[in-house]
Amino acid sequence: MHFEARFSAVGGQGIILAGTILADSAILEGKYAAGSPTYTAQVRGGPTKVDVIVDSEQILFPRTQEINFFLSLATNSYKMFCKGLADNAVVLVDPHLVDVPEGDKEKYQIFEVPVIELTAEHLGRLVYTSAVCLGTMIALTDVVKEETVREALKRRAPRGTEMYNMKALDVGINYVRDILKADVKV
Amino acid sequence: MKESNGEVKFLPGNIVVAEAAVAAGCNFFGGYPITPSSEIAAHMAALLPRRGGHFIQMEDEIAAMGSVIGASLAGAKALTATSGPGFSLKLENLGFGYMVEAPCVIVNVMRGGPSTGLPTHPAQADVMQARWGTHGDHPTIAITPAFHQETYMETIRAFNLSEQLRMPVILLLDEVLGHLSEGVRPPKPGTFEIINRKMTDQPPDKYLPYDTSFGDVPPFVPYFEPGYHWHTTGLNHDETGFPTTNPELVTRDEERLMRKVTGNRDLIDKVEYYMADDADVGIFSFGSTARAAMVAVKHAREQGIKAGLFRPVTLWPFPNKQLKDFAEQLKGIVVAEFNLGQMVYEVERTVQSTIPVIRRTKVGGVPITPAEILESVKEIS
Repeated sequence: MHFEARFSAVGGQGIILAGTILADSAILEGKYAAGSPTYTAQVRGGPTKVDVIVDSEQILFPRTQEINFFLSLATNSYKMFCKGLADNAVVLVDPHLVDVPEGDKEKYQIFEVPVIELTAEHLGRLVYTSAVCLGTMIALTDVVKEETVREALKRRAPRGTEMYNMKALDVGINYVRDILKADVKV
Repeated sequence: MKESNGEVKFLPGNIVVAEAAVAAGCNFFGGYPITPSSEIAAHMAALLPRRGGHFIQMEDEIAAMGSVIGASLAGAKALTATSGPGFSLKLENLGFGYMVEAPCVIVNVMRGGPSTGLPTHPAQADVMQARWGTHGDHPTIAITPAFHQETYMETIRAFNLSEQLRMPVILLLDEVLGHLSEGVRPPKPGTFEIINRKMTDQPPDKYLPYDTSFGDVPPFVPYFEPGYHWHTTGLNHDETGFPTTNPELVTRDEERLMRKVTGNRDLIDKVEYYMADDADVGIFSFGSTARAAMVAVKHAREQGIKAGLFRPVTLWPFPNKQLKDFAEQLKGIVVAEFNLGQMVYEVERTVQSTIPVIRRTKVGGVPITPAEILESVKEIS
C-alpha cells in the first residue's frame, strides 16, 4: 500500500503534530512513514503544512506525488497547498475557515467538518483540534487502524491529557460517521 | 535497518545527526544557527549539558568554527552545523583545521542558491565548495548519506575518520533530509565502533606535536596537558609546530597531509550500488537525489531498461576507480544532481568520453523527481 496525506493550516504546530502521530501510528503497525513539514519565514501565523507518506515498503522518494487525503483549516493554506492532489482525493475542510473553490467540488470528494466549533463545544480547549482532525481522518481512510492511532496519541500526549485526547478522537470519528454518514475510504 | 536491535524512532534528519554525534562521543558543539540546519544546534544544546558536554552559540560562523577547532585541540570531540552562507564563512578556519590537524565534524545542510538564496528549500550545490572552498592544497573527506539510518551510521563514521586521521570531516546533508522525518533505529551503545585519536606515549621533553616518525598521523596531546607545550599555527610548520619556509620540509608536510586521505582510501571510500549488477544504463547520484534515482531505476526496469545506480556515500575523495569499473559495463550514464552541474565534471573526467554522460540538473528548490531522471535514462537506452 502507498498513501499520501497532507495536513495544512495557519501558523500552529498542531497540524504538524497530527502528521507526526499518523506517521508514528504507521511505524507502530510495522509500516514505513516519511514526513516533510513546510513552513514560511514567519515565526507565527504563516501557512503551514506537513506531508506524510505511508507505505508498506521502504519509502525511496520522500516527497508527495499524488496526495490521497488533504486536510485544510484555512483558505490561504488551502490555496497554497492544494496542488498535487490525486483525482478524487478526499478533502476535509472546516467550512467556517475554508472557502473551497467551485471547481474543486467536482474534482475531489469534499467533506465539511466544523473542526474548531466541535473542539470548542466538546473539549473546551482548542489545543485538542489536531486530535479531532485525526479522528476525522481515521473515519475517512484505511491507512492506519483506530487503535494504533489511539496508542500513538497516548505516547505523545502530555500526562493527564490522555482522556481528553481520546475524547477528541471520538468527536472527529463520530461526526464523520453519524452526522456526515460518510461511507468512503481511501 | 539491519545494524541494530533498538526501537524505531520517527525523527527529522537533523535530530538524527545530533543523536548520532552524541553516540559517537561528541562532547562539544560550537555553532551559529542557520536554516535549514538549526535543529542540530538546538538539539545539541539540549543534549550536551546533561551529559557533561558543552554547547556554545558564538557571535558568527567564523567564530563558531574557531571554537570547534579550539575545543578539538583541547581534546574534545567537536561538531558544528551550518548551511551554505555559514559554510562559506567557516571555510577559512576549515583550512586552519586541516593545517593544524584538528579532528572535528562540520555538517552542511545544503539549501538553495548562492548568497542567502532559498533558506527553507533544498539544493546540492555546495559539493564543489566542500572540496575546493578553502584555499591551498588540502585533503577533503565529505560524506553524503541518503537515508536516516545511513545518516546515523555515517555521522559516527565521520567522527571516527576525523579522529583516526586527525582532520576535519564534512557531512553533507540537504534540506530534504534535514527536515524529513523517517524511521531510524539507533544502534545500542557497544554495538558499533568508536575510534578516538591516538595519544602520544612520549614524555613532555620528547614530545613533538607533528612528529611523523610514528606514521602520517602524529600522536596527539591535548592543549593544557600539564608539562606539554605546543605551538599551533596556520603557517607551514615543521615537527615542532613552529613556522618554516624550508622547501623540503614544507613539501614533505603538505604531501603527508594529502597522504592521510590518498593512503587510506580503503578506510574512507564507500559506494552503494542499486540494481547495478547487470545494468547497462548507469545513474550517478548522491544524497537525497539518489532516492529519486532509485525509483527511476525501478520504473526503468519495469519498462525493460536495465538501469542501475552508482551512489557515492563518500563523495570526496571521489570514487574514480569504482566508477571507472562500473562504466565498463555501461552504454551511458546519467548524472542526477540538484544543482546546475558540479559532480558531472568528475564523472566526465573519470569515464573519459568512453560513454555518453547525460546531465540531469535542477535548481529552484523543488527536488528532482523520479520521472525527470527516467526521462534522461531513456535518452541513453
